[in-house]
Order: sequence, then structure tokens, then C-alpha cells
Amino acid sequence: MAIIEIQNLRKTFRSGDVDVHALRGVNLLVEKGEFLAVVGKSGSGKSTLFHILGGLTPPTSGTVKIDGQSLTELDEAGRTLLRRNSVGFVFQKYNLLPTLTIRDNIDIARDISGKTAPWDAAFNEVVEILGIAQKMDRKPRQLSGGEQQRVAIARAIVNQPAILLADEPTGNLDTENSDMVLDLLRHLNKKTGQTVLMITHDPEAAAFADRIVQMRDGELYGA
Amino acid sequence: MVYKLVYENLKHRPVRTLLSSLAIGLGVTMMLALVGVGEGMLEDQANRARGVGADLVVRAPGSSVVGMGSLSMNQGILSYVRSQKHVTLATPIGVHSTGGVSSIMGINYDEFAEMGGGFRFREGGRFSAQNDVIIDDLYAREKKLKVGSLLNTMNRDWRVSGIFASGKLARVMIPLTVLQELASANGKITMIYVKLDDPANTQAVIDAMKKDLPEYPIYAMEELIKQFSVNNLPELKAFIGVVVSLAVLFGFLVVFLAMYTAVLERTREIGILKALGAGPGYVLGILLRETVLLAIIGSLCGILMSYGTRWLISTFIPASMVQAIVYSWWPIASLITLAGAVLGVLYPALKAAKQDALDSLSYD
Ligand SMILES: Nc1ncnc2c1ncn2[C@@H]1O[C@H](COP(=O)(O)OP(=O)(O)OP(=O)(O)O)[C@@H](O)[C@H]1O
Ligand SMILES: [Mg+2]
Repeated sequence: MAIIEIQNLRKTFRSGDVDVHALRGVNLLVEKGEFLAVVGKSGSGKSTLFHILGGLTPPTSGTVKIDGQSLTELDEAGRTLLRRNSVGFVFQKYNLLPTLTIRDNIDIARDISGKTAPWDAAFNEVVEILGIAQKMDRKPRQLSGGEQQRVAIARAIVNQPAILLADEPTGNLDTENSDMVLDLLRHLNKKTGQTVLMITHDPEAAAFADRIVQMRDGELYGA
Repeated sequence: MVYKLVYENLKHRPVRTLLSSLAIGLGVTMMLALVGVGEGMLEDQANRARGVGADLVVRAPGSSVVGMGSLSMNQGILSYVRSQKHVTLATPIGVHSTGGVSSIMGINYDEFAEMGGGFRFREGGRFSAQNDVIIDDLYAREKKLKVGSLLNTMNRDWRVSGIFASGKLARVMIPLTVLQELASANGKITMIYVKLDDPANTQAVIDAMKKDLPEYPIYAMEELIKQFSVNNLPELKAFIGVVVSLAVLFGFLVVFLAMYTAVLERTREIGILKALGAGPGYVLGILLRETVLLAIIGSLCGILMSYGTRWLISTFIPASMVQAIVYSWWPIASLITLAGAVLGVLYPALKAAKQDALDSLSYD
């Protein structure tokens, strides 16, 4: 069963008097456990697609379903629940809370979704794999960019979301760190069956994925 | 978990936290100092009234209960009072206002001393000359006077002959006859303090005297002392009301500013929380808790600072003012401040709760 089903998805921004058609009829099916890369030029609509999938902004028209749940009818409260329970987001900028330790950065995502129990064995293993187990009591600024991004990945999947959305996760990293992050994403994907969607500009990064689709002027090719 | 975030936020901006707490605390201090001065001065008045050692007091017709009064009673009444059954001692006093809240009191030294069990002199002793004055230790401390110092009041220089332990009705005393002369009020007194053979007879004596002197307010000292309460001072009550409103406004403004800038500064943080699925309630809860914490720290600062104002008052103006520490007002003042603080955080918190997750997570 497809975990993501997108049909004829459109998104139009109104800026001033002009309509910007960021998405012009996107169709996409993603299977559970897939690692998909989305490539495309700047301004082609990649982030917009992810924001809709991640419940950060509503679609203008079309159907979007994640794990059987339709996003089109969701109001703000519904999108909040979607963000809380069904998707994990990794940004180009790591977006960790600067005043909290690494552990607390991860725990706050759990707190938001109402979980208080200690981390289970599976997540402890994820933390080991990501190589951040020894950094738990540090503050984000004491970590390198690559380490921070690995924390962001841990935070994004701590609530076992149906999909992990990564918008240029290696955009701020050097080759070495970026390879490590990509390796880890693929490793997690293979090991835990976590569905991953990743935006990237870099063909080498895209090569880590099982499948590559191309965004061009608000339309998706190769899907 | 949220508390950790709140705590880290407060710790992250220590100067902001400190200044906001102090500012919130100022409102608390204002209330505690005012209420404390009200209570303290009333308590002090009551103690000094007790120090007279009388069982009842006869006041001039039409005089107020709490005020000190003036030289308006005929001295002739004294012999009537002295002739009453159960009366062992009756002594007149005269009060003359010397401007503002200060006054000077005239006494018949021997009678007055006998009634209250004598003066305890820290220095010097009773008046021996016409221009001698005795003062209490607090007045001496505030005005930096010693035995032999000159004290100018009622257009005249007085020589301090003795400094007595406070608690004897007035702080500045001269012989009654001298006071009457100076005030051009010979034969006039302000009130008569009366001591009975047995305090149990107080009500009986009052009832008997009231028959003969219907216009004269006559109070048992116990009754009179009970009147020294904030409830009998409508002006003080009104003023406390004003200060309470100011404190609410103060808490409101301080918190509004502090939290509004905090929300502006933290748009990114709020965006991250929202992207993680935090609803408006979660964000509201964080800011509300931070505010409550600030208000609690502020209230503690305020309570501490009220000890500071008490120290200032007792060090520099011990005779003019007394500030009590009124514990019962600690929770009241704290809750009042908390109310102002919560009102102050509402707008910033709603702004934060409504913030769009994407606004602050832009990719540049
Ligand atoms: N909030 C918005 N308001 C108006 N226009 C927007 C908004 N967000 C995106 N757009 C426009 O929609 C189009 C697609 O933007 P999007 O950010 O999805 O592109 P992208 O493929 O992620 O680009 P990049 O590779 O630079 O990140 C662009 O023309 C952009 O200017
Ligand atoms: Mg983008």
C-alpha cells in the first residue's frame, strides 16, 4: 500500500496582485519503506510540496493522503496533529532549540506528542547509529553542523512518524559530513523501514535514494 | 520538560530575568511597604497608648477617636473625674500640633509617670526648667539629639533634659502648664487619662460618668486601642487601593514588555515547536509558565526589598514612621502582582500561539 498518494496537487500563492503557481498538478505515489529523492531547480516547488506533506501549509486543490489520511480537509488543528504524530521534518538549518541540551531537544518532541516514558531500545539504537549517544548533555552550539543535523534526524523520527521529510538536509554540510548524514538516512531507512523523502540539489546526494523524481516548474517528472 | 525550557529561557537572558523580577518586585514592595507602614504606625500608636497605663480616657466633645486632638477641654472637668468612685488617678494631658503630623504633648510629670509606671530614661531625666523638653529615643535618633541639645519648636528653643524609652504616648513632652501658656490656652486640656482601683470596674465607671457628661466621648483604653485599625482610616484604605491598582498596572507593563520582546526574539524557537506539532495551547503554556515563574521570583524579590524599606525607615526616620512586616499581605501582594503579570502576558502569548510555523523557519 502506498503511504503517500498525491493526485493533481496544486498550490497557488498570492503575492500582491500576482498568483504564483508553485505546484501545478503534482502526482506521486510513495511506497512504505521507500527512500525517495526529489531534485529540481531553485523555485521549482520542492519545498512547497514538502510543506504541504508536512502539514505546514494547506494545499490549494487536489488530493493528498498520508497513510490513508486525507490532508485536504484538515484545518490548522488537524495539521498540528499531523505534524505531531505522522511526519518528521528535517530542515537545511538544523533548527534545534539553542537553550536545551541534545537530550532535551529530542525529548521536547516526545513531550509535545504526550510521551513521557524513557526511550525504548529501538530508539537507543537509532541514537547509537547516529553517533550522538555521547553528546546527549551538550548544547547544540557545542556540536558540529553534521552532528546537529544527526540530532535533528533523531528528533524527527523519535515519535515514529509515517514519513520523514528532509528538505536539503546536507545543504549546509561539507562533503564528508554530508556523506555521513546521507549514509545514516539510508541505513535507518533500510534498518527500520522508515519512509524517507529528501529534497536535494546535489545529484550525488540523490544517488543515495532508491528512486529519484524531478520537480520542474511545479510539476513532478519521473514519478 | 516544558519547565526545563522555561528555566533555560530564563537562564539564557539573566539580565532580562533579573530586571523583570526586580521591576515586578517593586510593585510588591510598594504594596508591602505601604500596608506595613499603615499597620506599623497603628501598632506603634496602640503600644504608646497602652504605655500610658490608664484604664479609660475622657476626651473633648466632638473629638475624633484616632486623632490626637487639641487644647479644647475645660480643665474644670478634672476635679469631677477625680471625685468619681474607683478612680485612683486622673491626669490631664495637652496636645498641641506643631504642623503636619508632628505634635508636642504637655503632661503633669509626676502623675503621668506614676500612671504608667515611670519613665525609663536612656539619658538625662525629667524637666527641671521652663524650657526643658523630654523626648523618646526614636525621636532623638531621627533628629540626632542628645541631652543638652537644643530643639526648636513652637518658635522657641528647648533644651533636651532627658531621653526616654519609646512607648509613652508621645515622643516630645513638656510640662502641661508651659504648653498651656505658650498656646494661650490656660485652663484648657486635650484629654484626661484615668486609672481605676480595678480594671474590672471600667465599664461601670464609664456608664456612671456618661450620665453626668453626655457629650464627652469616654473610652475604655482597651476599646480605644482596638480602634487603631486600618478599617478606621478610610484615607489609608483608599490609598492602599490606589497602590494596588498601580502595582497591577506595573506588573502588567513589565511583563507585557518583557514577554513581548521575548516572543519577538523567539519566533524561530516558536516556529520549531510548531513544526514539531506543538499546538497553540502548548506555546501559550510555555509563556504562561515563564510569566508565573517571573512573578514568583519577582514577589520574592519584592518581599526581600520590603525588609530593605523597613531598614531604611527604622534607620533614618524611626520617629516619623514605623513599618511592620505584614505576613498576611505576602500572598495577597504576590497574587495581585501575578494577576497583573498574567494580564500582561496574554497579548504576547496569543501572538506567539497564532504564529505560523513557516514564518520563522524560512530557509535563508
Ligand atoms: N509563502 C510564499 N508566498 C509566495 N510565494 C511563495 C511562497 N513560498 C514559495 N513561494 C514561491 O513558490 C515557488 C516555489 O518555491 P519553493 O520554495 O517551493 O521552491 P524550491 O524548489 O524549494 O526552491 P529552492 O531550491 O530554492 O529551495 C517560488 O516561485 C517561490 O517564490
Ligand atoms: Mg526549497
